[in-house]
Amino acid sequence: MSRRTLVTVLLVLGVVALFAVPLLLDGGSSDYSGSDGRATEAIEETGYTPWYESVFSPSGEVESGLFAVQAALGGAVLGYVVGRLRGRRSSTPAAPPVPEAAEAP
Amino acid sequence: MHIAEGFLPPLHAVGWTVAAAPFVVHGARAVVKEVREHPENTLLLGAAGAFTFVLSAIKLPSVTGSSSHPTGTGAGAVLFRPPVMALLGTVVLLFQALLLAHGGLTTLGANAVAFAVVGPWAGYAAFRLTHGVGGGLLPGVFVALVVADLATYLTTSVQLALAFPDAGSGTAGALAKFLGVFAVTQIPLAIGEGLLGVLLFRVLTVNARPELERLGLLRPVAAPAEGGAR
Repeated sequence: MSRRTLVTVLLVLGVVALFAVPLLLDGGSSDYSGSDGRATEAIEETGYTPWYESVFSPSGEVESGLFAVQAALGGAVLGYVVGRLRGRRSSTPAAPPVPEAAEAP
Repeated sequence: MHIAEGFLPPLHAVGWTVAAAPFVVHGARAVVKEVREHPENTLLLGAAGAFTFVLSAIKLPSVTGSSSHPTGTGAGAVLFRPPVMALLGTVVLLFQALLLAHGGLTTLGANAVAFAVVGPWAGYAAFRLTHGVGGGLLPGVFVALVVADLATYLTTSVQLALAFPDAGSGTAGALAKFLGVFAVTQIPLAIGEGLLGVLLFRVLTVNARPELERLGLLRPVAAPAEGGAR
């Protein structure tokens, strides 16, 4: 395994660990409610009532689907861009090898 | 960092909207200018927007037993400077306010200031600072994404504290309360976001080298070590 691949694998593992460890540590005792929702609750405790409602409020199931749509759209565009950039690079025949450490000051 | 619909008093809602508007308009002009003058960068611009789109859709668990979502605005701020993200970030917020009942139209201004203005600018400043002290591109990207994420949630806490000062301890007490909700939860997410940003830029440094050189983020390979074009 090249050093570059190793670094990539370690970075991915680091990201996974960051979000897996909290789940493992508490053994399912937390409900992982959203921090946005907790802030809303804290405001409602002060006796405040919102003066405007969302124009469109999907039910919980539909909402999670729409969040998935948002992530999918972003992922699709990101994948498309990276794919095109990669394809462009491999279709340029005499491209010089890319050294890793040449960064602007 | 999404302040829910109707959860800012009208005066605050209007105030933050007025504050955000010039940044968003300026951002829109920056995007149009970028696409017109550098059409070859449009792909990367799409990638920057898409990165924010993905990250802000994903709620992640944190050590505090609550969950939150990253912002992803630092990547675009490093690539294209912060004004561009003022527009892209606001588009994301508008999408979520209209379709997901996440955030809102009355709080769009306040959320845009936190997510699309303060976050990207703080991230960009952190990136320049890291560069200034001799950090390379990737350490700079890591710091930029972490700082952009944390600065966004810090701004939201300040906005809520200003709108809902505590009866006993005033604005400072309320700030402590809202930071308690957001800050600790956000730290692991910010670090995770920083690592994801490094992964993205590792892909870009190999596959989008000409673009990054044009944007002044990488030094051209053939140029002499000193006085190379920026």
